[in-house]
Amino acid sequence: MIGKEELAMRVALFPTCVNDTLYPDTGRAVVKLLTRLGVEVDFPMGQTCCGQAHYNTGYRHQAEPLARRFSDVFGSDAYDAIVTPSGSCGAMVRELYPRMGERARAEGRGDGLARRLAPVVPKTYELTEFLVDVLGVTDVGACYPHKVTYHPTCHGLRSLGLGERPARLLRAVKGLELVELPGAEECCGFGGTFAVKNPDVSAAMGADKVRHAESTGAEVLCAADNSCLMHIGGTMARLRTAVRPVHIAEILASTEEEPLS
Amino acid sequence: MTAAGGTVHWAADADEANRIVTRLVRETGETEVVKVKSMATQEIGLNEALEEAGIRAYETDLAELIVQLGADRPSHILVPAIHRNRGEIRAIFAREMGRWGRPAPDGLTDSPRDLAEAARLHLREKFLRAKVGVSGANFMVAETGTLVVVESEGNGRMCLTLPETLISVVGIEKVVPTWRDLEVFLQTLPRSSTAERMNPYTSTWTGTTDTDGPRAFHLVLLDNGRTDTLADEVGRQALRCIRCSACLNVCPVYERAGGHAYGSVYPGPIGAILSPQLRGTASEIDASLPYASSLCGACYEVCPVAIDIPEVLVHLRERVVQGGEVTRRGVKVTLKPAKGHAAERAAMRAAGLAFARPGVLRAGLRLASRTRRFHPRTLPGPGRAWTATRELPKVPAESFRDWWQRTGGGKDDGRGGK
Repeated sequence: MIGKEELAMRVALFPTCVNDTLYPDTGRAVVKLLTRLGVEVDFPMGQTCCGQAHYNTGYRHQAEPLARRFSDVFGSDAYDAIVTPSGSCGAMVRELYPRMGERARAEGRGDGLARRLAPVVPKTYELTEFLVDVLGVTDVGACYPHKVTYHPTCHGLRSLGLGERPARLLRAVKGLELVELPGAEECCGFGGTFAVKNPDVSAAMGADKVRHAESTGAEVLCAADNSCLMHIGGTMARLRTAVRPVHIAEILASTEEEPLS
Repeated sequence: MTAAGGTVHWAADADEANRIVTRLVRETGETEVVKVKSMATQEIGLNEALEEAGIRAYETDLAELIVQLGADRPSHILVPAIHRNRGEIRAIFAREMGRWGRPAPDGLTDSPRDLAEAARLHLREKFLRAKVGVSGANFMVAETGTLVVVESEGNGRMCLTLPETLISVVGIEKVVPTWRDLEVFLQTLPRSSTAERMNPYTSTWTGTTDTDGPRAFHLVLLDNGRTDTLADEVGRQALRCIRCSACLNVCPVYERAGGHAYGSVYPGPIGAILSPQLRGTASEIDASLPYASSLCGACYEVCPVAIDIPEVLVHLRERVVQGGEVTRRGVKVTLKPAKGHAAERAAMRAAGLAFARPGVLRAGLRLASRTRRFHPRTLPGPGRAWTATRELPKVPAESFRDWWQRTGGGKDDGRGGK
């Protein structure tokens, strides 16, 4: 673990608009966790949304001002990194911002957008990626004495390639028993506006994910993206399952002294 | 190919291809043809066009036979009758085979061996009688003018060698430059479609030969929207598809909705990006296909020719909701946004406005927090799509940003910070 005396990292937290508005506990957990690890955390107040929902629903042009705002707010040299507890929002910045720039160029609008978005692309990290790759830690000093199963969300898994990072972090948590989720790599069926545009298929996928989670006997289904957990958790609540959704940041923030409430 | 005794025809669209094939069959004086399983002839509706001209087309691939006898539609690119179980297949064979030719044996059971034997006997009669064969091709090798069909039952080999006249309808994107290039695809196709290391029946032919096989060979090169698709920088990658079906097999949406839901001979993720490009986005089904995905990316992960299907889906969504420039029959036209997206467009604009002004966003969040006790558990209208099967998330008493400001970044809060 990095000691406080070596404090060198200054990161900008992008909790995402979903966590800002609906899941502030996740944002608070990231602050608690990173601060414990000796990282200075800032929340730039000008931030709003990365534009993913607009982009993925076909409103690329409406996503552009949001991307520009993101870059203006987070692009400051004062930050060593931008950290987000969301695989899909992280993938939006890292994978799709460059593509937006390329598309603007292909449309004859010049390099302006690509140049403006460029600073934030390489220094945006999903939380587990930041912990393992940048801070170089897998044991974050957490304690969470529960049986947990992990759902790798699609964009974290396939766009960012998070791989084993979340599992390595979870295995190092004191008291935590990690059990394998059957069909783990299959989509939960959220998919942003897909959830309401194709509600029957989305609900069927969600029900299967929940059934698999229940079959593990775990108390908690954990993931690194609250949008997916909103769908999975909403399904769990409706089906009144014993297993409940928790964001990985809240598990990693939990300690013996300050357990997750 | 011309030097090797073949005749090449160009077809700009489905109608032209159907007219050419109908004329070629008529010129032989025959009224029936045997067919190798072919996506291109399905795409243009060749069987129906021939039927109208009084020519009967017999499908000889086992699954296509099941589909044809059942007056059904294919639901999968590689295994078109995957939606049928063996009991249904037995019933279809027992009921229909006699009307099309040799009847199914008495006492036909639903064991796979019996069903396959019934199909063999039924089809053998067609192979031996037919004077005209119709096929597609998986690949065309440019350097020698050779066509290649990859199949696993041997029925294709029969259709390609026994008739006197062979007519092949092939999409123009199927050309590979050399045999060296073909080698790559003869490995990737079986491995990605059936997980076989090598395909069972790979037939290649170059024009005609004097000693064996068909005396006359016609190649109908089919465009049918492919050149227009090629003009689109993002969408053109769909033309790389080798029809292996790996994307269908891994797709959670295809698995639950089934192939018929895609309203096209190309179902699944590849169909969702191919149909709206080849046919345009004017119809309701074609405009809805780009949304038939959660963008999970499993299709892209397994695609052997690296088609970024999620990227093209999003690109086509943009075309649906925003309109824009596309190429139709070689001419650039500007599409209007599709109808039926007004509420969504308004919601996206409202969200865009709120996200452009953090103050507005914060005021909205505070209002939502203050009224949270009154939030309904179920929503009317489009919101019902969520609440019919899922609980809504509870709006918290305080947004993250309010907490951050109130506590000075968690420093004055017992629950967070140091």
